[in-house]
Amino acid sequence: MKIFKKKNFAQHPFFATVLVFLAVLAVMVVSAGSGEFPLSPLKVIAALFGLGEEFNRTIVMDFRMPRIVMALFVGMALAVSGAILQGITKNPLASPDLIGITAGASFSVVLFLAIFSDENNSLIVSIQWLPLFAFLGATSTALIVFFLSWKNGLAPFRLLLIGIAVSAFMQAGTTVWMLMGPIYRASQATIWTTGSIYGANWSQIYVLVPWALLLIGVSLLMRRQMNILELGDDIATGVGSYVQRNRLILLLVSTGLTGVAVAFAGGIGFIGLLAPHIARRIVGPQFQSMVLFSAGIGALLVLIADLIGRVAFAPMEVPAGVWTAAVGAPYFIYLLMTERKRKSA
Amino acid sequence: MLRTNFTRSWGVAVGISSIMLLMCASLVYGYTDTSWNDAYSAFFNQTGSNEHIIIRDVRFPRALIAAFVGACLGVSGAIMQSVTRNPLSSPSILGVNAGASFFVVTGVVFFSIQSSQSYMWLSFAGAAFAFLMVFILSNAGREGLTPVKLVLAGAAISALFASLTQGLLVLNENALDQVLFWLAGSVANRPLSLMTAALPYIAIALSLAFLRAKELNVLSMGDDVAVGLGQKTLWTKFLFSVCAVFLAGAAVAVAGPIGFVGIVIPHLVRSLVGLDHRWILPYSAMGGAVLLLLADISSRYILMPQELPVGVMTALIGVPFFIYVARRKMGI
Repeated sequence: MKIFKKKNFAQHPFFATVLVFLAVLAVMVVSAGSGEFPLSPLKVIAALFGLGEEFNRTIVMDFRMPRIVMALFVGMALAVSGAILQGITKNPLASPDLIGITAGASFSVVLFLAIFSDENNSLIVSIQWLPLFAFLGATSTALIVFFLSWKNGLAPFRLLLIGIAVSAFMQAGTTVWMLMGPIYRASQATIWTTGSIYGANWSQIYVLVPWALLLIGVSLLMRRQMNILELGDDIATGVGSYVQRNRLILLLVSTGLTGVAVAFAGGIGFIGLLAPHIARRIVGPQFQSMVLFSAGIGALLVLIADLIGRVAFAPMEVPAGVWTAAVGAPYFIYLLMTERKRKSA
Repeated sequence: MLRTNFTRSWGVAVGISSIMLLMCASLVYGYTDTSWNDAYSAFFNQTGSNEHIIIRDVRFPRALIAAFVGACLGVSGAIMQSVTRNPLSSPSILGVNAGASFFVVTGVVFFSIQSSQSYMWLSFAGAAFAFLMVFILSNAGREGLTPVKLVLAGAAISALFASLTQGLLVLNENALDQVLFWLAGSVANRPLSLMTAALPYIAIALSLAFLRAKELNVLSMGDDVAVGLGQKTLWTKFLFSVCAVFLAGAAVAVAGPIGFVGIVIPHLVRSLVGLDHRWILPYSAMGGAVLLLLADISSRYILMPQELPVGVMTALIGVPFFIYVARRKMGI
């Protein structure tokens, strides 16, 4: 076995990915066991397979599992979305929340809730349409940001600056829509825009999971095009790749993933930045291994953030987005500073 | 462009009279229908009618607060742009507003503070903390962060403080009710006592900045030239940063984090009066007041009968401007 001869076989993409997903499973079990009624990991696993006491099964399957599964898929979706975005913009600092895509998706989700609610605050159309709306908002915001920052190409920093501005604009727009609706919706939306998986239920999961799996699958199918794109436009065109078409498809996959994540969990920040960076450090830049690994890391980050948010100040819940920002913002500044060092060295 | 000191002085007169006019307009226009006559008699022969009460107790403090807060934000932005030598600096962009509001919310949630003075000092402390972070970052290492990276770092700091604030508010719902509207940036229904508590600090910071504006001119030639001309650059930067922090902190304590005034106004002012800070600073004060008064009056009409927080209005106006500056002046 060649891979065992490597100095550090934990760095082999395959094993690293297996390890990170094992960690994800472990955190899921721990998370399902913690809360007001603590359960031992064994009891949790028993409950997952339909064994054990009725009471335990209710707690695990009805109350805790929906939000854990949601955290899992939202984390994966945001991480893969960020990985793709960093690839197609060739910008290591890009991520859906920093360049305003998340804010655009939030805007159209609040718009959706404002348009399709009746007086009793219940939706008059199926919730299945929500991801579509979020996707449209994310995509059009991404296109606006790209259009506004285009000047003989997408200079990395210009993209970020314009993205920050558009993000502020979309947040202002979101506030307008929130104020137009009833007070109840404003308070709900405040929590939701910070990023929380507080209200997850199975019916949302059934909408979220197929979309997330489909889009992650498409991004894996596009792995070769992605690797070619990273070589630069000239080489990519030279080896016969349809650069612009592929880039557009990948952008749609990325905004789609952001859209489904935001539709159900709000703007959990910095996952799309953190996960791909960690992944690139551990498994290297090859897209297929990087994207799988960062999906795992993204899931892990959101799961842990949600677990801490649930347990740390119980019975209060702190939105998961607070913890991811607490880690992500300093890391982002660190990236800014080290990039300078690398350039000047 | 106003080239001579004579025209510039006339410009000041025009500025002050437009502020007066807008403050009067702010008394008259809004959801409750009132006439200019009502506004006059509300002060000089009041009858205690509803209109008069609204004008005297609701709209008058509001106009006053809008004017002062706008002036603070305008000057604060102008100073920050000079000190960090960065055309995109402003209290909101660098995270100073977010830092100040985080400290205030911390005080409300953990220590249930109520007094105007403690609001004020928490806000100053938060603004100072955030600006210190930005300042250290911009001077770290041999060359420090480039202007663009400084803005990005500020955005990250802003995001961090904003989400920490949200987290605190989720923990304490009473505090949420207390600060929700304030947090979007609003000059409506703010107690005048806060304004009077802030006034001494604003006055000191403004006059200090106006009197020493010449030093900013020297500073803007670059650190090397400034040192060569005998300026203690670090001291000058420190002094003006303190002014900027006090102005931004006072604005946040009174009206919450209102964005984009501090970036729009100095640019407009510079294209109007040139690069002399002795004129830039007073003009930024007037420009900020005019912009915030205008934004506040229009915020009453967009969603009538509901009002928008004025911070939303300034963001809607300011973002296109920010994008213009980012594309034209940043050279990236």
